[in-house]
Amino acid sequence: MSAIPQTSLVERLAARFGDMLSVTVARNEVTAELAAADLTAVATALRDEADFRFSVIIDVCGVDYLGYGQTEWETDTSQGDSFSRGVEGQAMGRFTWAERPRNVEQPRRFAAVIHLLSLEKNQRIRLRVFCEDDAFPVVPSITPIWPGADWFERETFDMYGIIFEGHPDLRRILTDYGFVGHPFRKDFPLIGNVEVRYDPEQKRVIYEPVSIEPRVLVPRTIRNDADLDQARAEAADRWREN
Amino acid sequence: MQEIRNYTMNFGPQHPAAHGVLRLVLEMDGETVVRADPHVGLLHRGTEKLAESKPFNQSIGYMDRLDYVSMMCNEHAYVRAIEGLMGIEAPIRAQYIRTMFDEITRILNHLMWVGSNALDLGAMAVFLYAFREREELMDVYEAVSGARMHATYYRPGGVYRDLPDQMSKYRESPWHKGTDLKRLNAWREGSMLDYLTEFTNDFPARVDEYESLLTNNRIWKQRTVGIGVIPPEKAKAWGMTGAMLRGSGIEWDLRKKQPYAAYAAMDFDIPLGVNGDCYDRYLVRMEEMRQSNNIVKQCIAWLKANPGPVMVQNYKVAPPSREEMKSDMEALIHHFKLFTEGYGVPAGEIYAAVEAPKGEFGCYLVSDGANKPFRVHLRAPGFAHLSSMDAVVRGHMLADVVAMIGTYDLVFGEVDR
Repeated sequence: MSAIPQTSLVERLAARFGDMLSVTVARNEVTAELAAADLTAVATALRDEADFRFSVIIDVCGVDYLGYGQTEWETDTSQGDSFSRGVEGQAMGRFTWAERPRNVEQPRRFAAVIHLLSLEKNQRIRLRVFCEDDAFPVVPSITPIWPGADWFERETFDMYGIIFEGHPDLRRILTDYGFVGHPFRKDFPLIGNVEVRYDPEQKRVIYEPVSIEPRVLVPRTIRNDADLDQARAEAADRWREN
Repeated sequence: MQEIRNYTMNFGPQHPAAHGVLRLVLEMDGETVVRADPHVGLLHRGTEKLAESKPFNQSIGYMDRLDYVSMMCNEHAYVRAIEGLMGIEAPIRAQYIRTMFDEITRILNHLMWVGSNALDLGAMAVFLYAFREREELMDVYEAVSGARMHATYYRPGGVYRDLPDQMSKYRESPWHKGTDLKRLNAWREGSMLDYLTEFTNDFPARVDEYESLLTNNRIWKQRTVGIGVIPPEKAKAWGMTGAMLRGSGIEWDLRKKQPYAAYAAMDFDIPLGVNGDCYDRYLVRMEEMRQSNNIVKQCIAWLKANPGPVMVQNYKVAPPSREEMKSDMEALIHHFKLFTEGYGVPAGEIYAAVEAPKGEFGCYLVSDGANKPFRVHLRAPGFAHLSSMDAVVRGHMLADVVAMIGTYDLVFGEVDR
């Protein structure tokens, strides 16, 4: 892991933007959360001002926080229904298009995450903008600031349905022509909704509802025990000599 | 007088110069491109979503299939992201093995690139030469992982296994016998590292061969010099990385600037272009092959002198050995849990990037503490590069579009994911 000190960047961000950003540092990475309304001003400043110079757009992507931290199998208590763990659950791999959860409500469900890189200062920053409205998620576009954000925003729109206001050409990019839905949302089934095949009778390619069954073999589990801490301590002990 | 109109034409997805499945809708004014609209996604497999439904380790194999000519570099980004979240670090020998294989991968990728780019622009022979060397390096992939391309060799906490002591040999057959067989097995008498030593001694002369075919070739220069010029400011704004950025004269290489694995201990140079055209990017990549060859040499020397473990002995992450599993109940339990459930990764998020042959390949990983990733996003360099296509080829001739697709070094496995 590269160890580039990030504290000075945090100070500079605090001095310049104050309360507009809520800055956290974890694993030597700087993350700044901000409101959608401030994004354009902050991004322009981050690109242009001598303190920051984030000239390279690395990435824009979406995150759907629906079901964050939820599991399919209790690990704290013993239970009698362990057998079903391999075949039941709520995760996206386990339902079909017809059975997909509807009207799900989760505050701050969608976020757009932007990664920037400063070549001059050799620093990175992550910006996270939560969308106000789940039903119609909107974030201002940064394509006018970094033209390289164009396709990343199109991809995010395609996959999550996040609208980038001010984007010059917000079309789908990765999915099929005429695709319905936003496939990376957590309420979109893993198996998809339609499949394509050539029909010899009609002599053309046709779309049909998927014929495969949803199937996920390993349940989602979160173990809150000290496993990892212990493992980390062991690893640190054992490998210091080597 | 006949009326002349603009027309729209479809380039690909079946065009051989479309490098896979690029569909390019070109609006033409005679031979000149007025607008280029790349349609991508024909190879979209939803890798990122698939990864969300599986334990962490089961997705390493998917990474090979993204940029399928620089397999191990993709694995490296993903594995580094997991290691970063868990706070574990691979043993030093594994770091050197990864460095060596990243560079072998870079040579593999650039060989593929120089061959196919030359083929697109009308030079057949380079392709045949480049594939000869690719074959030799793929044998190394196979020796270490059992697979020629999709290796799944890097694991969180190290690499799958140590380098083999023996290189597999050709057997006598009606096609390979006598002096021919002897020639094929000449390098294969010793270990894999001995084989690689022979290769690295031989390789600079091979690069000279490609260069003698292309560098001063009049036709090659006519097709590439002054074509697709990318000014440094534009390169940054378009999110370009790797050879695309260095070709425009910007000194930026993650291996130097944010060193990972064992790159801090390596001695190598970063070639830079001056004009930012296709020819400069060609020169940059040719020099990168020579530099990679040097790094491989340095790694071989270190790896020969320094035996040691290649995987953390942390049974929450890495499986115990077979012998231990048969005699120790703890080890058996660890093995069972690891393969049926996987391991939990602490909640948090991380962005881990490596200098892949095509540019910065990054993995943004969000975990909520479960045994499966909550969100994986793969930042593919080719995707960012291709998005600048319209702006770059506007005003160029149709044939230059082919030169440009070549110089972008596109592989649709990573563009479409």
